[in-house]
Amino acid sequence: MSVLTTPAGIATGAADALRRRPGADVAGSAFKWLLIGATVFATGFLAVLLAVMIVDGWEVLSGNLWHFLTHGFSQRSAAEAGVWQGILGSLQVALVTGLFAVPTGVATAIYLVEYAQGSRFARIVELNIRNLAGVPSIVYGLLGLAVFVQTIDGFTKGKTVIAGGMTLAAMVLPIVVITSVEALKAVPDSLREAAYGVGATKWEVLSRQVLPAALSTILTGTVLALARALGEAAPLILVGAATGFMSFGDANVLETFTGPYTALPVLIFNFARQPGADWGVNAAAASVIILVLVLAVNGLAIYLRNRFERQW
Amino acid sequence: MTPPMPQNTSDLSAADLRTSASRRAWSAGARWAFALAALVTVLVSALIIWTVASGAWTFISQVAWGNLTEIGWFPRRGLFDLSTLLVNSVQISVIAMLVAVPSGFGAAIYLSEYAHPKVRKVMKPTLELLASVPSVVLGVFAISFITPSILTNFFDDINFFNKLAAGIAVGLLVIPLIASIAEDALRAVPVALREASSGLGARKVTTSIRVVLPAAMSGLMAAIIVGFSRAIGETMVVTIASGGGDTSLFNLSLTESGGTITSAMAALGLGTDQVAGNNLAFQSLYFLGALLFAITLVLNMAGDVIVRRLQNKY
Repeated sequence: MSVLTTPAGIATGAADALRRRPGADVAGSAFKWLLIGATVFATGFLAVLLAVMIVDGWEVLSGNLWHFLTHGFSQRSAAEAGVWQGILGSLQVALVTGLFAVPTGVATAIYLVEYAQGSRFARIVELNIRNLAGVPSIVYGLLGLAVFVQTIDGFTKGKTVIAGGMTLAAMVLPIVVITSVEALKAVPDSLREAAYGVGATKWEVLSRQVLPAALSTILTGTVLALARALGEAAPLILVGAATGFMSFGDANVLETFTGPYTALPVLIFNFARQPGADWGVNAAAASVIILVLVLAVNGLAIYLRNRFERQW
Repeated sequence: MTPPMPQNTSDLSAADLRTSASRRAWSAGARWAFALAALVTVLVSALIIWTVASGAWTFISQVAWGNLTEIGWFPRRGLFDLSTLLVNSVQISVIAMLVAVPSGFGAAIYLSEYAHPKVRKVMKPTLELLASVPSVVLGVFAISFITPSILTNFFDDINFFNKLAAGIAVGLLVIPLIASIAEDALRAVPVALREASSGLGARKVTTSIRVVLPAAMSGLMAAIIVGFSRAIGETMVVTIASGGGDTSLFNLSLTESGGTITSAMAALGLGTDQVAGNNLAFQSLYFLGALLFAITLVLNMAGDVIVRRLQNKY
């Protein structure tokens, strides 16, 4: 009785009564482990994916990698086929994609954030961009086929790297705009006001203060968008990337921009649909190459963002 | 100490305070260049709609309506049974959601409610990295691992190309998308709700399930809708793993092959040189594109509306 008469004693008694026995919360820990399981499944399958592809493609990756990387597609046998045309084509397509998508996307973002924020036109453009971001990639292939390949073939020369690059540029444009808008919005107004205060024009404020301040984030978004383009096959199939044997003839590198082309993911698709286990080995080996490529590019971008992200 | 005043202030006009003409011209020109770029995004939308709508119209105005409900999808023979493709698309997307929603939501709840900030800092970029896995690779994974190493243990007579493996692989592909939208929704729930719940003596599991999840419900719904839209639009996984893009008979079996809207489009696109004959196969490509565009647009707008409502609430 005497213990419960002091306030401290009452508090201790109450705390003891309320304290759960350790390990009694079975439902709680079961739930927690269920969540951990889900998280491990969600992130761990990448490791499984990579392991399966390395094992399946080991024959090529261990003994034949150099040949595989430096030879073109072969109709005759899987052992002779290589992916260099795909790697070259993917890099060319990514280059064209970047040339079209990055200036347009960044400029759109500048207009939305710096000039028209909150206006009716900006709201329409923003809604439009959100909807474009959800359009399936193969629909962009239709756009490319009808417009870039057939309608403006005087400029693109038909089924070429240029048409393919423009198609993927339309596809990644919303990503570039959305990430650039975020980057520009993160630049504090005090920076702009200081520049105006010393007499800068709007163009000078943007080009010398705002853009340099947002550059690293914009670059990260751009790299992520290009990595997305690098792994995309569906639209390229529609706009005519070669899915079988192709020859550059004696075209030099510049001429390959306006000739037949293919891309690494399209080649993987082609390997995968050939009958026979030896083509499967090629598909797995090429999958490892594209995974390493895309993950490296992405990882670099994400690392740079986390490293250089500025807190204002 | 103050600088001397100008002798004749009345001689100064607004023109003297103006900057040089070239600086003003640069600034005005830049404005127009940026506005023009913003118009390009509108142009892209307009061109997409014009392309699919005009192609689809050519198809609709020429096709015999009876052929839209015949036995299966055989475009080169003039049989365009839409229900075959639609059913297969929906079946595969539902399987994908059964894989992606539990694991995506689980990961989202763990990262937002349980994970140590350090774990979160590593896991969030990992999820982003997963989102960049090319879909062709998952297609290869489906036919080289999911079907032969896993599904054959459960189904004796499973087809090499089958909808089940395609659905599972599509599910793996959309996990990062669903997890990231769901995590945003959970983190948008104010901390005050969690504190109030804990203050009443609720355990963490009770707080998570009874307080945080209901409060984030609309965001979680949006994650499901947007994920489903992504799954419907996924092309390469389905083309590689489910087969049947060229021709498919109507069937409901998940262990059989079956063409979807997207894989039929890819198959038609592969043969764009050959299908330009006098049948309607080439136009059906645009019709399917219009159908897919309409379905995903409606789903995405629904998801968008729901997300917006969530943002207004807190």
